[in-house]
Amino acid sequence: MSKRDIREPFIPERDKGLTPTIECIGLGIDFGGLTAVDDFNFTLGRTEIGGLIGPNGAGKTTVFNLLTKVYQPTRGQMLLLGRDTKDMTTADANCAGIARTFQNIRLFKDLTVLENVLIGLHNEIHYTLPEAIFRLPRYWHAEKVARERAIDLLSIFNMQDMADDIAGSLPYGAQRRLEIVRALATNPTLLLLDEPAAGMNPSETAELMETIRHIRDMFKISILLIEHDMNLVMGICEGIAVLNYGRLIAKGTPEEIKNDPNVIEAYLGKKEC
Amino acid sequence: MSVLSTVVSQFINGLQSGSVYALIALGYSMVYGIIMLLNFAHGDIIMVGAYLVWITMSILGLPPAVGIIAAIVGCALLGVFIEKIAYTPLRKSPRLSLLITAIGVSFFLQNVAQLIMGAGSKTMPTIVSGPNVRLGSVNLSFVAIVTIVVALVSMAVLTILVQKTKMGKAMRAVSEDMGAAQLMGISVNKTISFTFAIGSALAGIGAVLYSCAYPQASPTMGGMLGLKAFVAAVLGGIGSIPGAMIGGFAIGVLEAFVSAVGLSVWKEGVVFAILILVLLIKPTGIMGREIKEKV
Amino acid sequence: MKKKMVHIPMPWRYVINAAAIAVIFLIFMVLSSAGVITNYYSKILMLIGINMILAVSLNLATGYLGQLPLGHAGFMAVGAYASGIFMRTASGLPTGLAVLLSIIIAAVVAGIFGFLIGIPALRLKGDYLAIITLGFGEIIRVVLLNIDSVLGFNFTYGAASLKNIPKTTTFTVTFLCVVVVCFFIHTMMKSRQGRAILSIRENEIAAESCGIKTTYYKTMAFVASAAFAGVAGSLYAGYLGILNPANFGFMKSIEILVMVVLGGMGSMIGSLLSATVLSALPEMLRAFSDYRMVAYSLLLILVMIFKPSGLMGTYDFSFTRLFGGLLGKKTGDSTVGKESGE
Repeated sequence: MSKRDIREPFIPERDKGLTPTIECIGLGIDFGGLTAVDDFNFTLGRTEIGGLIGPNGAGKTTVFNLLTKVYQPTRGQMLLLGRDTKDMTTADANCAGIARTFQNIRLFKDLTVLENVLIGLHNEIHYTLPEAIFRLPRYWHAEKVARERAIDLLSIFNMQDMADDIAGSLPYGAQRRLEIVRALATNPTLLLLDEPAAGMNPSETAELMETIRHIRDMFKISILLIEHDMNLVMGICEGIAVLNYGRLIAKGTPEEIKNDPNVIEAYLGKKEC
Repeated sequence: MSVLSTVVSQFINGLQSGSVYALIALGYSMVYGIIMLLNFAHGDIIMVGAYLVWITMSILGLPPAVGIIAAIVGCALLGVFIEKIAYTPLRKSPRLSLLITAIGVSFFLQNVAQLIMGAGSKTMPTIVSGPNVRLGSVNLSFVAIVTIVVALVSMAVLTILVQKTKMGKAMRAVSEDMGAAQLMGISVNKTISFTFAIGSALAGIGAVLYSCAYPQASPTMGGMLGLKAFVAAVLGGIGSIPGAMIGGFAIGVLEAFVSAVGLSVWKEGVVFAILILVLLIKPTGIMGREIKEKV
Repeated sequence: MKKKMVHIPMPWRYVINAAAIAVIFLIFMVLSSAGVITNYYSKILMLIGINMILAVSLNLATGYLGQLPLGHAGFMAVGAYASGIFMRTASGLPTGLAVLLSIIIAAVVAGIFGFLIGIPALRLKGDYLAIITLGFGEIIRVVLLNIDSVLGFNFTYGAASLKNIPKTTTFTVTFLCVVVVCFFIHTMMKSRQGRAILSIRENEIAAESCGIKTTYYKTMAFVASAAFAGVAGSLYAGYLGILNPANFGFMKSIEILVMVVLGGMGSMIGSLLSATVLSALPEMLRAFSDYRMVAYSLLLILVMIFKPSGLMGTYDFSFTRLFGGLLGKKTGDSTVGKESGE
């Protein structure tokens, strides 16, 4: 098999011709003297489900933090729907369409499930502080609409009955799902999932796989996920990028990645003799 | 020449009060370094130290050496006692609870002192005395020289203790990573208690030196003194031992010069303005390290 | 819904709450005119009201926003002096109008200070924010003490105290202020803005990645907190009639913090209750005044060790829920969250 040039953009056939959701050109970041990610060239199609894999410490979460502007890159450029994201804050990046979940779950633990989703809907709700304080009609209307929307979103994961539960009291899997719902509530064009299947059993993972696909089809968004569960990655990702020591070592379809000698080496070590 | 000698003598004045601030700031810094607590009660430990000197010398009529030892040992014991009673149960609680507990302890010490000793101030006996030293046209008070020398020696001893001894190594390990230190067989409880003992003993020395310069003891004397020393710790970089020394001297000298130019009523204002500037420009202080939250 | 809840419709909730508040007010009025509430008790009630406002306003920054400002007394001082200076010059105006204006002026001036201090201070987090606000609070006190000698005219009168402020604070004014401030904070916290503030307390990084401009909402909460402290300051000025910078030191800030913490951070009713108890106790315990502060500090330490969430936790009381409970139903707007009702 001819090896794909990892500098070349790789997006599925059907998304060709559309502006890619994100385009990273030579993205890199240093922490002090340490280069965590370097020369990261990556493109994600408009409705693509992409995977970002690599051994522990390869810099996958750092890439997510770069994409969501938690870190500002030391070099390189990142375009979101063709727009330069320089000078954006994390909040700006979200408003521009990037939503994420976290490897170590970051829910608003002491608030209810519904409130978590409503906070995700923050920028979709429109009324001013005086309108809220004096409870003017726009407040009531916007709140009612937001609540209905929140329940709708929760029902994607069949969580509508948990709306009044405290988020921190949910079982682990439900917390992970709630984080996805909260991210979806921000109306993203790109959803970043950081190890969505961590701690799930095989049947839950299979269900999650279906849901991720369902979300993509329903919202027509692109999804990029970091995952160690290879069944999940190979099962739903159309394009996969492999990171090792902060650099891309391979890019391509699941089939190509499975057989890429660089990837095998990164995961299993160099073959003797 | 007279301007120069004024500057020099103000500088020495500043170093004198700065020495006291530095000794107290060390206590704040060490405790913060090890359990990330702003120990608001630290200033009040100095107050207790001053009263201990007063009791041993003025009431019991014992010689100054006993008073000094009483203050140092008493403060060290008090520090460990407070840590065991009030802070250890909260080691796993949110930091805010710990901070508020420290404020509570501070309140408690002040009010108990007021209850026992009365609200008025007590005049301290003379602890050290000696002839003034003339250095060219500058007249240096004996107390100032003793204060500066004692502070410098204490700091040197502390540095050796932290850098060279086994306990010092344990202290550094615990402040770096409490869990990992425990796995390496270091007794975290013992190390933290030891840190409190050392920090409070330094406060005891500070109390003695402070009493030499300002021979008054009152229940609330620790408040502003503690706050200023605390500013010194922040200025130097809280958690850093050399930082606390630098910060203490800097605050002392600054105060002396602000007073010298006739703005003594603004002395405290200037100290807090410095605090705000430091926090805005370099929150980690002169010697501190930055810690970033991991996402 | 898993938990079946009976929903009292919105207009009725307002009616219930308004009626409950009116009844409480009327009881006080009747007791007062019957001579049960003497002048002395009415003074204590006013003090309680002022402390209630201080506590709920600090609770906004501490309990809801999750920051720990240690300079709340500074904002109170700014409000008190602004109001006091205004009242001394506003003798021509009708009293009612003058009082209203003085409260608004106090809130605005304290709010401006909250903004000016909040912008730099809120860049810091945790302990550092606590320290910097402590610094600002102390600077406000030092400035109030010395500004006259610098500017060369009589403005705050420094250590000599600002005297002869008309004593316009009455029980009715205090009561109204408490109700209005609590209403504002309550409705603010039940809005998208309020949820944004809560989300910062819960997890700042997650809040940002939900598109919440955290600096903006932190500043909003901080300014509101300062402005309401200004209202309390204004009432305090009209209550004492004399202001001295020494009344607004670090210890006053701590006193307010203690009310919030004992009540339970994030619980408005907790703040109200502990403000009541901690303002009334010293008066009741005058005979034991020596031991009072010792007990107070011990209480603080013990609460932190044994019930760090405060006496009320984050529980919030609601008249609607009480009313529903009396009717034998469990009520509450299931979609509002843990602080249901008005």
